[in-house]
Amino acid sequence: MKEVILEARSLAVGYGTRRVLEKLNFCVYRGELLSLIGPNGAGKSTLLRTLARQLPPVGGAVLLEGRELGGIPAPALARRLSVLLTQRVEPERMSAAEVVSTGRYPYTGRLGILSGRDWDKVEEAMALLHLEDLAFKPFVQLSDGQRQRVMVARALCQEPELLILDEPTSYLDIRHKLELLNLLRTLAREQGLAVVLSLHELDLAQRASDRVLCLREGRAERWGSPEAVLTGAYLRQLYELPEGSCDPLLGIFELRPGTGAPRCFVIGGGGRGIPVYRRLARLGIPFAAGVLHENDLDLPVARALAAEVVTQRAWEPIGAAELARARAILEGCELLICCLSEFGSMNLGNQQLLDWAGGRLRRCGAAELLNGEMETITGL
Amino acid sequence: MGENRRFRWTLSFLLLLGLTLLLSLWNLRAGSVSLTLPEVAQTLLQGQRDTTAGHILWDIRLPRLLSALLLGGALSVAGFLLQTFFANPIAGPFVLGISAGAKLAVALVLLATLGRGIALGSAGLILAAFAGAMAAMGVILLLSGRVRSMSLLVVCGVMIGYLCSAVTELVVTFADDSNLVNLHNWSMGSFSGLSWANVGTICAFVFPALVCALMLSKPMGAYQMGEGYAVSVGLDLRRFRFALIGLSSLLSACVTAFAGPISFVGIAVPQLMKSLFGTARPLILLPACFLGGGAFCLLCDLLARTLFAPTELSISTVTAVFGAPVVVWMLLRRQERRRGA
Repeated sequence: MKEVILEARSLAVGYGTRRVLEKLNFCVYRGELLSLIGPNGAGKSTLLRTLARQLPPVGGAVLLEGRELGGIPAPALARRLSVLLTQRVEPERMSAAEVVSTGRYPYTGRLGILSGRDWDKVEEAMALLHLEDLAFKPFVQLSDGQRQRVMVARALCQEPELLILDEPTSYLDIRHKLELLNLLRTLAREQGLAVVLSLHELDLAQRASDRVLCLREGRAERWGSPEAVLTGAYLRQLYELPEGSCDPLLGIFELRPGTGAPRCFVIGGGGRGIPVYRRLARLGIPFAAGVLHENDLDLPVARALAAEVVTQRAWEPIGAAELARARAILEGCELLICCLSEFGSMNLGNQQLLDWAGGRLRRCGAAELLNGEMETITGL
Repeated sequence: MGENRRFRWTLSFLLLLGLTLLLSLWNLRAGSVSLTLPEVAQTLLQGQRDTTAGHILWDIRLPRLLSALLLGGALSVAGFLLQTFFANPIAGPFVLGISAGAKLAVALVLLATLGRGIALGSAGLILAAFAGAMAAMGVILLLSGRVRSMSLLVVCGVMIGYLCSAVTELVVTFADDSNLVNLHNWSMGSFSGLSWANVGTICAFVFPALVCALMLSKPMGAYQMGEGYAVSVGLDLRRFRFALIGLSSLLSACVTAFAGPISFVGIAVPQLMKSLFGTARPLILLPACFLGGGAFCLLCDLLARTLFAPTELSISTVTAVFGAPVVVWMLLRRQERRRGA
């Protein structure tokens, strides 16, 4: 059984009498990552600030190791809990290393002079975030992403048992996002560090979190493992996404395509169709996609972007019914784009379609289309 | 961290000490009666008080020098504390209207007492100035509960300063002229006429306040990272603010009471010290500001006394001439540094 480090009991958070979130009940376990997800304005930062005692709870209680958070003396709390905030800091004439060293505050003496051990901890934390080269650079001259990593190092050198991070991945490029989440997982696994963080990248939240807490409309809608909570249908509901155009877990976020009757027909399959679909959608040209098997990589994107999609069940050869439907659509099109160069035995129907269309309308391959100026080639 | 920085700090402190010593000697030497260095040394070392030189040195120049040193240091330290609190480089006792508040209180007290034929000693003046400074700071603190933005709060302070000055002018306009010579002299700002007893009182205020400020250097360092992070490392914000504001008010009230309103020292010296030492770390900068402020005021007082002798300039005339360009230059430099130039 995992040990609970932080517990929220019918917690309400907000400002003054205004309740942003209420009836929150959840736990954070040692060695686990809890991600808060939810749309902008759902109250993620407000909740994190309350958990870090930056804001008093409006109702209910937060317990750290079974003790009410408000009753723990500030120095004792600072040795257990550290934070990364979204507020911008502009410390005057401080190097990156000095900013990191402010995390040692709870451990230094009356005058705040750092011992050798304190500097070791600072160096250790900077090494974990690959900041060695920036140590002596003035903090105010660092980029936003570098500053973010410095502030994470600052939080780590405070040697917390519980780390509270408000949008730690913002400003970071993809490599540093992955490195940060890998680091947090390692610290959680090896040192039993508990982490509560807010994340906007749902695909990363799904991979990195042990548990997720979904916030919407003033309450926690769901709390549990990412596998149980983060389903495509639920996320569309959580973020009020339009049906079909998005699958956050597959990383599919399509822009709005052109509307109207399809003007061209794209024969896709095996992922070859996706760049063509996206190019056409970007130019606002309505198109039809086919004939795709239901287990095809192209299908989710085709569903999101194409005006019409002709499909066949998985592992079945394309039959007469699908061909007839495709031909009917092709009658109204000006152009056929074929993304395939060879057709397998289950996919012969698409070859027949290509042959049938040969004498009737213009044809064009995906490669020449994508490499050239699409407008001049398609004439659309 | 870094031997380079230690070296720089040591060198800077030595430089400041040397400068202070040099300016002190010069201050003792120069004046309406010029003395040679051997004369100065002989008079001071042998404790000759009954000669003319002894009288000038022991009763006039030495107390004046010590007051300039102590009050200049106190003013810069107060400026540094206020700049840290407001996270704004132009915060200082003069800008925030603390000096103007003290001046108003002194004007009111002088008028009230002189009209009734009561002669007020320096202790009374000091008390009045102190009350005025604390009242102005109190108004700013009350506003700080409502005004979230620190730069807006500084603007409020400036307005309070103008308001106090306006009321002072008004009171002075309707007062009997002969009552006001005293007030006028005082409000121009000057280190002249301070006695050994005054120096003793100044010491009794300034040194304990300085020690307390040094004890606050650790939380001040945390506070420089912003309130959120300061609280997260265990700082008791309410107590810290109370202590910081109390100390800076005490220091600026003490200065204003003895030497009148002095402009620009509180802003310019901390900025200069940050440049010289290359850090804003309170543990280093507090003593640096104290020394630097002392040296700065020694220089300004020397110029005020000797530039157009026998006419003596007001100290603010000189501090403004040196301080204002420094402030503008520092603000421009700061902006460039942010851009990564």
